[in-house]
Amino acid sequence: MASVDRTIKRPGQIDEVSFWDRTKRARSAYLYLLPAIIIMSIITFTPILYQFYMSFTDFGARSLNPSPTNKAYLEPEWIGLENYRKIVTNEVGAKLPNFNFFRTLGFNLWWTFSNVIFHVSIGVVVAVILNIEGLRFKRLYRAIYILPMVLPQLVIATVWKNMFDGEYGAINQALKLGGGLFGIAPETFNIRWLQQIPDPIPGVPLPLSYFAMLITNIWLGWPFMTLVATGALQSIPKELYEAAEIDGATPLQQFWKITLPLLRPAMVPATILGIITTFNLFHIIYFISEGGPLGRTEILVTQAYKLINGNQLYGLGAAFSVFMFVILGLLSAATARVSRVAEAYDD
Amino acid sequence: MTNPSIPKPATARKGLFASGRGSGRQLTIGQQLLLQLMCLLIAVTVLFPIVWIVSMSLDGRNISRPTSLELIPPEPSINAYREVIRNPTANPVTFWELAGNSFSLAAGVSFFSVMVGVTAAYAFSRFNFTGRKILFLSVGFILLMPGIATLAPLFAMLSRVSFGFEVLRILYYIFGGVLAVGGAYMLYSRFRDDEITANGMIIALVCLGIGLLFIYTGATATTTRNFKLRDSLYGVGFAMISGALPFAIWNLKGYLDTIPKELEEAAIIDGASPNQIFFRIILPLATPALAVTAFLGFMSGWTEFALSWQFLTQPKDFTLAMSLWNMTGQYAGSVPWSKFAAMSLMISFPVSVVYLLLQKYIIGGLTLGGVKG
Repeated sequence: MASVDRTIKRPGQIDEVSFWDRTKRARSAYLYLLPAIIIMSIITFTPILYQFYMSFTDFGARSLNPSPTNKAYLEPEWIGLENYRKIVTNEVGAKLPNFNFFRTLGFNLWWTFSNVIFHVSIGVVVAVILNIEGLRFKRLYRAIYILPMVLPQLVIATVWKNMFDGEYGAINQALKLGGGLFGIAPETFNIRWLQQIPDPIPGVPLPLSYFAMLITNIWLGWPFMTLVATGALQSIPKELYEAAEIDGATPLQQFWKITLPLLRPAMVPATILGIITTFNLFHIIYFISEGGPLGRTEILVTQAYKLINGNQLYGLGAAFSVFMFVILGLLSAATARVSRVAEAYDD
Repeated sequence: MTNPSIPKPATARKGLFASGRGSGRQLTIGQQLLLQLMCLLIAVTVLFPIVWIVSMSLDGRNISRPTSLELIPPEPSINAYREVIRNPTANPVTFWELAGNSFSLAAGVSFFSVMVGVTAAYAFSRFNFTGRKILFLSVGFILLMPGIATLAPLFAMLSRVSFGFEVLRILYYIFGGVLAVGGAYMLYSRFRDDEITANGMIIALVCLGIGLLFIYTGATATTTRNFKLRDSLYGVGFAMISGALPFAIWNLKGYLDTIPKELEEAAIIDGASPNQIFFRIILPLATPALAVTAFLGFMSGWTEFALSWQFLTQPKDFTLAMSLWNMTGQYAGSVPWSKFAAMSLMISFPVSVVYLLLQKYIIGGLTLGGVKG
C-alpha cells in the first residue's frame, strides 16, 4: 500500500474522514442490534416467510412425519391460491361444518367494539367516583378493584367457565338464591349459559354464550381503564374546577367540559391497547365457550388455533394467518388514524 | 401526554363533584352513603368469583361438584391442596414437576428475551442509523400479532429438528462446559486479582452452577428416544421467544426513552464510549424496567397455553396451564372442583403477589409503550 501524504492539500479539499470513521456510530448501533436481529430472523422472520410459502401448499400431517418405509418427508404440494379460496368460500372440510370466515370476522369486530366500550366507560366512571373528595375507604376500594388485573387470564377464564356451568355453576346457583326471595321457582334458572342455541334476545343474532363472555371480559377489563383514568384525573389541576364554578358551571358540565377532554390524552393509547388485546383475546373465548354454540362465538385467533391444533390443516392455517396479518394491519392502521384525529382535535 | 407514573402534586385531588362550597369540603351523609353503596356493589361483583373459588378450594366435604352456593367453606380443610400437590392430574406427575416445567420455561424465556432485548432497545433508543424506523416498526407489527398467528410455520419447522439422544448429550456437555469453564475462570480471576465483589461472585457462581447442572443432566439422562425439538420444553421456549423478544424490545425502548439524555451528554464530554454509557449509565438506571419487563414475560410464560398444548406430548413435560385446562370443563371428568379451585389459586398466587408489588411500574410502562412510536 502506498502511503498517501495527507499534509499536502489540493485547493478546496476538505479533511477526508474515512468511511470507517464516519460509520463508527452506526456500526456500534448495528452491533447492539445484532443479537436481536440474528435471533429474530431465525425464529420470527423466517417463520413468517415460511408461513407465506405454506399457505400456497397442502401442508398437512403427512408432511410432518417421515413415512415409515423410506424415512423421507412427503413434501407438500403447491396448490396456488386454493387455501385462500377455501377460506373465503367456507369449504374447509367436512370436519369443520361451522366454519364461516366472514361471520367470524364480523363477530370478532363486534366482540372487540362492545367490550372496549364497556371497559372504557365503566373504567372512567369508577375512576371519577373513586376520585371524589371526601369519599371514605378509597384505598381499600382501589386495592380490591385491581384484583381482576392481577390474576392470570388463564385462571380467570377457567374459573368463569365453571361459574357459568348450567348445573353446578355459581351464577345459576346465585340466581336461584336471589330468585327464591321473590318466589321464582329455581327451575327457571337452569340456564345453559354456554350451550343454549336459540338467541336470548329476539332479533339480535348473538348467542347466550356471547353475553356470558361479555360479562367475564367486562369483569376482567375495566380495572385497567380505571387505573389509567385515575392517574390522569389526579393530574388535572383543581383550579380549573374552581374557575368553572365561579363561571357557574354545574358538576355535570364540569365533567363534560373539563374532566373528559383532559382524560382523553391518557385514554386514547389505553383504548388502542385495549382494542388490540381484546381483538386477540384467545383465553376467554377458547376456554369459556370454545367457540360454541355452533362456532358462532369463534374469533379469528381461536379459529386459527383449531385449524392447526384439532385438524392438522397446517397449510390452511397458514393461509388463515395471512388473512389475520392483513386484518390486524388494517385494524392497527385504522386505530392509529383515529387516535391521530383525536389528538389533532385537542389542539 | 399525561403519564400516570409521574408523581402528581398533592393539591390535584379533585373529581367530578369536587366543586361546591369551597375546597376541602365534606360530603353530606346522604352522598357519602350513596357512594359507599355503589363502591360496595362494585367490590362485591369483583370479589364474587374470587371468594367463590377460595371457598371451593377449602371445601372439605370431598364432593365432586358443588350443589349449592357456598361462599363460606363448609367443613374447611386443606385436603384439596394436598391432593393437588401430590397428584394434580391423571398423569403420574406431581405439582412440583409441573411447576418446575412452567418455571424453567417462563424464567428462561423472560431472562433471555430481556437480555437480548435491552441491547436492541438501547440501539433503537439512542442511535440514529439507516433502517431504524423500518426495523422498529416491524418489531411493533410483530407485537400486534397474537402468538398463534405464526403457530403453523413454527410447528412445521421445529418438527423437522430431531436428532439422536447422543447428539443432545454432546450439546449438553458443550453448553454446560462453556458455562462452567467461564464461571470457574471468572471465579479464579476474581481471586487472583483479589477483587471480590458480591455481584461478580454471584454471576460467576450462577454461571458455574448452571453449567454443572447441564453437564449433570446430560450425564444422567437415559433415553433411547430421539430428541425432538418440537416435543420438548426447548422447542416451546424457542417458539415463545419469537413473541417475547419483540415485546421486550418495545417495552424497554419505551423506558429507555424516558432516561434523560443529559446524563449521557455529560458522560460523552468526559470521553465515555457508547459501550461505557450502556454498561455504566443505561443498564443501572434501567434495572427497574428490566425487572418489570422480565416479570411481564415471566407471567405470560407461566400461564402460556396455546403453544405448549400444541407442541408437547410427553406428560413429564406438561406445564401448569395445560394441567389446569385438563381439570376444567369437558376434560374434568371425575376431577373434583375443589381440586381445580386449589390448583387455580396455586397457579395464581406467586405471579399475583409480584404483580401487586410491581403494580405502579407495570401500569406506567404499559401505557408508555402505547404512546411512544
